[in-house]
Order: sequence, then C-alpha cells, then structure tokens
Amino acid sequence: MYNSGKIITGLIIFVGLVATPFFYNSGKTSVKPEPGIDTPAIRQLAEKQCVEPREFMKANHMQLLNDWRDSAVRDGSRIYVNSQGKQFTISLQNTCMHCHSNKAEFCDKCHTYANVKPYCWNCHIAPKENKT
Amino acid sequence: MSIDRREFLKFAGASTLLGLGGITAVQELLKTSAGASHVMVDEKALSAKRWAMVIDISKFKTEADYKNVVQACHSIHNVPDIGNPKDEVKWIWTDTYEHTFPGQGNEYMPEGLKHKPFLLLCNHCEQPPCVRVCPTKATFKRKDGIVMMDQHRCIGCRFCMAACPFGARSFNWRDPRPFIKEQNPEYPTRTMGVVEKCTFCFERLAKGLQPACVEKSNGGLIFGDLSDPNSEVRKVLSTHYSIRRKPEIGTQPSVYYIIGGSENA
Repeated sequence: MYNSGKIITGLIIFVGLVATPFFYNSGKTSVKPEPGIDTPAIRQLAEKQCVEPREFMKANHMQLLNDWRDSAVRDGSRIYVNSQGKQFTISLQNTCMHCHSNKAEFCDKCHTYANVKPYCWNCHIAPKENKT
Repeated sequence: MSIDRREFLKFAGASTLLGLGGITAVQELLKTSAGASHVMVDEKALSAKRWAMVIDISKFKTEADYKNVVQACHSIHNVPDIGNPKDEVKWIWTDTYEHTFPGQGNEYMPEGLKHKPFLLLCNHCEQPPCVRVCPTKATFKRKDGIVMMDQHRCIGCRFCMAACPFGARSFNWRDPRPFIKEQNPEYPTRTMGVVEKCTFCFERLAKGLQPACVEKSNGGLIFGDLSDPNSEVRKVLSTHYSIRRKPEIGTQPSVYYIIGGSENA
C-alpha cells in the first residue's frame, strides 16, 4: 500500500477532529429545563390552567400562537374559545404575557435549551420581569 | 423469498389502504386546535362594509389641534420619533394644500387654505395599488375596506411604498425601539426592515372603540360606514362639498376632506 503511514495518520487526525464535540461534551449532564410558572398573576388563579391543558400547550403552543396571529391580524377574530368553552382575548402581549410575565424563566429557558430563537420579541414587547 | 404476482397485488392494495389511513392520520396531527376550540369576533366589535373617514378642515384651527391627533395615534401605536426626515416613520401627518391636492389649487385661492396644514393618512383605497404589488400578501384589504398590514409577513421589499400614490407608507430603516419615548405595552412595536402605516385602528375597532385620532379630534374627524346611508359619514358627505386626494388615479380613497367648512356647504 502506498503512503499507508500518511493515510492512516490523516485518518486518525480526521476522526479525532470529527469526534472532538463528543469528547468535549462527554460526562457533562444536560439538565432538562423545568420552566417556572410562578408569577403573581398565576398565583392568583384558582385553577392553574392555560388557555388549553398543559400537555396540549407543551406540544402545540407554537402552532396555537401561529393560528392566533393569523386569526387576529388577518381575519380580525380576536376571541378564542377553548375546548372548555372559556373565552380569551387573542393577544401574545396582553393575554399570554399577562400570566407568564416571567419571560426569562418561562420562555427563554426552554428556547435556549432547544436552541430555538423565535423572533416574537423583535416586535412584541416583553413584560418587565416581576421578581416578587 | 419470492412473491408471485397475486401476492404482490394483495400487498400493494393493502399498503395503499394503509397509506390513505396514514394521510388522514397526518391531517389529524396537523389539526392542532384542541377539541371544540374555535375563534370568534368580539361582540362589542364595530363592523362595517366599508370604513371611511371624513376630515373637516374647519375644525382644525390651532397647531395643538393637529398635534393632539398625531400624538394620539403615534403614542398608542409605538410609532418612533426618529427626528430625521430620511428615516421618518409616520402614520398620520400634515402637509400643505399644494402637496395634499396637487393640481387642485389655484393662484387666487383663500390665503387661509394656501398655508393651512392638512392631515394626511393612509387612504384605505377601494382599489389599493399597494395590495396588488405586495409579493407576500403582507398587505391586504379586509372585508370592511381596511387596507391592513401583516408585519409578520412583510419582507421589506418596499414595492408597496413605490405603488402607493399618497406616500402613506414608511419603512423602518433602523430599529425603532430606541426612538419610542414611552412604549405602549398594549401594542407591539415594529422591527427593522418592515413597512408600516395607518391601520384605521383595527385593534380598537375590534374592541368597539373609535380610532384614536377620531377620539382626540373634537369632531374634526368623522369615522363610519360608507355603505350605511344613516351613518354619520354619509350624513356629513351628503350635506357638505368634499374632495379626495388624487381622484384621477382611480384608487378610490376612503378619506374625504371637507375644505370649506359648514358655512360654505
């Protein structure tokens, strides 16, 4: 085999480089984020439920927000009636963030963990963090 | 293992059936609305077939009258005050007669009119050229005649600005946030790279309120349904002589100006 020394050394260096991130992160535990829902507005709720059940919101909040923005901006329908028949005003800034005023704790924690960068806050005004 | 023709057809048929089932399953997954949830329009919301505004120039006498109206709009909609005509963002503003109604003035018109400022805003045209040119449908005409902007969709190509014959649209050349003195947390700001304009306060109409400028105008601005013969705007238009901006272009603006005031009707 011609140049076997060079090839094998090259391969070893290549594999080493490719595997660097794995070595770098091995042994580190990544903690699953637990978004906090402890805000003054939520504490006062008798029944601590979002516009839809928690499991649904966990899986579908992005789709729900997308549907909300379409129905509010494009169709002018601004009242959301949830599966229990309760009514909510469709508004990220005024409905969602009223309860979830702890944006850093509630939104950013998971989004940072999942490396998702939604651009909602380029326009929508994030609530001033209530640290009480 | 080999399969004969008959086996293959059986398998293919079954897979097709399963495949169809798969499609419905996907559709089911895409349907994210939970159970019986739905959206609806607020019962208090104001509705119309065609919203229109009448501007009674005689009611605007002092500088403060204009300022109140502009201020009311710009403060609730988080319109930045950049203080530089090149980067300026405006929803409602003033200009001279000559600029407002080009070709409709003459040399010996009343001095008072010649130098009087006129309120300008998006005309919410019946035939909006901005809507026709928008490649992403970010600007669209609602059923009630409001020419709306969906900032989520705007890609900042500025075709609409080129198409608008009234210069009613502003582009955000810079991040507007540092230039907003006091943010209104009820309404979003815009971001760099999108076009914006007056929306006839669609968000206030949805709550049953009149547009902010109308509220602050002391009767100088009249807002209502043009298709309803009993509406305030129709009454005013049928008793006063009114003009519109650049009628020759045929965009059919929904903003009317009463120039002479009631004594000249």
